[in-house]
Amino acid sequence: MRYWWKILASILLFYTLIGGFLIEVPRQVILYESIRNLYFHVPMWFTMIFLFLLSTINSIKNLSSGSIEHDRKAIEYVNVGIVFGILGTITGSIWAQFTWGAWWTNDVKLNGSAITMLIYLAYVILRGSMDDEQKRARISAVYNIFAFVMLIVFIGILPRMTDSLHPGNGGNPGFNNYDLDSNMKLVFYPAVIGWILLGLWISDIRLRISRLNEKLNA
Amino acid sequence: MEKFLAISLVQDIRILFQKDWKTEMRQKTAIHGILLYVISTVFVAYLIFHQIEELTTWIALFWIVLLFASTNASIHSFKAESGKQFFYYYSLCSPQSIILSKLLFNGFLMLLIAIINWLFFSVLLGNPLEDNLAFMLVIVFGSLGFSGVLTLVSAIASKTNNNSTLTAILAFPIMLPMLLTAIKASMLVGLGFGSEEWGMYLGLMALINVVIIALAYVLFPYLWRS
Repeated sequence: MRYWWKILASILLFYTLIGGFLIEVPRQVILYESIRNLYFHVPMWFTMIFLFLLSTINSIKNLSSGSIEHDRKAIEYVNVGIVFGILGTITGSIWAQFTWGAWWTNDVKLNGSAITMLIYLAYVILRGSMDDEQKRARISAVYNIFAFVMLIVFIGILPRMTDSLHPGNGGNPGFNNYDLDSNMKLVFYPAVIGWILLGLWISDIRLRISRLNEKLNA
Repeated sequence: MEKFLAISLVQDIRILFQKDWKTEMRQKTAIHGILLYVISTVFVAYLIFHQIEELTTWIALFWIVLLFASTNASIHSFKAESGKQFFYYYSLCSPQSIILSKLLFNGFLMLLIAIINWLFFSVLLGNPLEDNLAFMLVIVFGSLGFSGVLTLVSAIASKTNNNSTLTAILAFPIMLPMLLTAIKASMLVGLGFGSEEWGMYLGLMALINVVIIALAYVLFPYLWRS
């Protein structure tokens, strides 16, 4: 059963879709039914960070081994991670409009996500500016590692400096305190795993396309 | 042996730093260009504002001018080490001594730029800061952090075709943790809070500096070899 994780991903995501929209959720003022967005908005960011972490690990491996395969993984994880980042921004933006009253607010986490996107788009542009395969792999790996560590520093530091509208910041209670009751946990945790597996699945397909392209062009 | 290596690293760094300093002093184009850049930017701000009383505007403007001036100053830091001269340096010294000497040199250059920037700000736009000594500390740590990010990024960009645009694109998002901490610390210093308030942010800046320098030290050899 090589494909067990793909089957698991499908089951979990169908469960997220059906359970996410049908299972009883706690009624919160302002949030109401929009609380169901938790199953979609939050896992997008988890998946993105997870894919960027995998990309960084592959960049480190590339620096130590010099293999192009690791570089290919690094870029494909970033590509898929960017898509999940965009989806996270869109779902967050819709959620913000219906709870905070604006599509975009000057919130630390929003700014953090915008900067994350900028960093990884810069990474893609950096790769585009070089032709030689080995050189591109090495140099972009250096930037990828540097950028990821700075990103972690940024995400770790900044939210502690200012208030945020997000739960768990600036006097707002975290979701864990009362919002995320056992019913929601029942959907939320499978949703996180499901979305991460989907991210890996898409990356896997892209990797195979990339390998085939290389064989065709060789 | 270990001790000998450490000594040779320090010596290398000193010699390379002196080399950079002498070339800079001989040509003076870079430093003059940056000076003119800072002066004309501050002068434009002066023509618009005349006198800045509000602290937030003053600090925002100060760091923005510093950010762009530092970026411009660092773009050509690996000019001498690319092309044919690269092989000469490659055979002579270790990549670690190259990156550390460049880091120090750029940090020094950026500190100089920051002080000149501050001087012109004080003369033309006024100085609303309450605690000048503490602001000096913020500037020292800030310039070192700017130099760390910009040096490594300009080393990356020097290996590509379009050097100058890429430096800015690659560096700005990574510089934000440093920049935002520096701005926060400057605000507290400018408002005249005590060291127990801004000390934490200064410590944070020192921490980010350590992270940047450690990363540059570890990662630069891979760039150098390619």
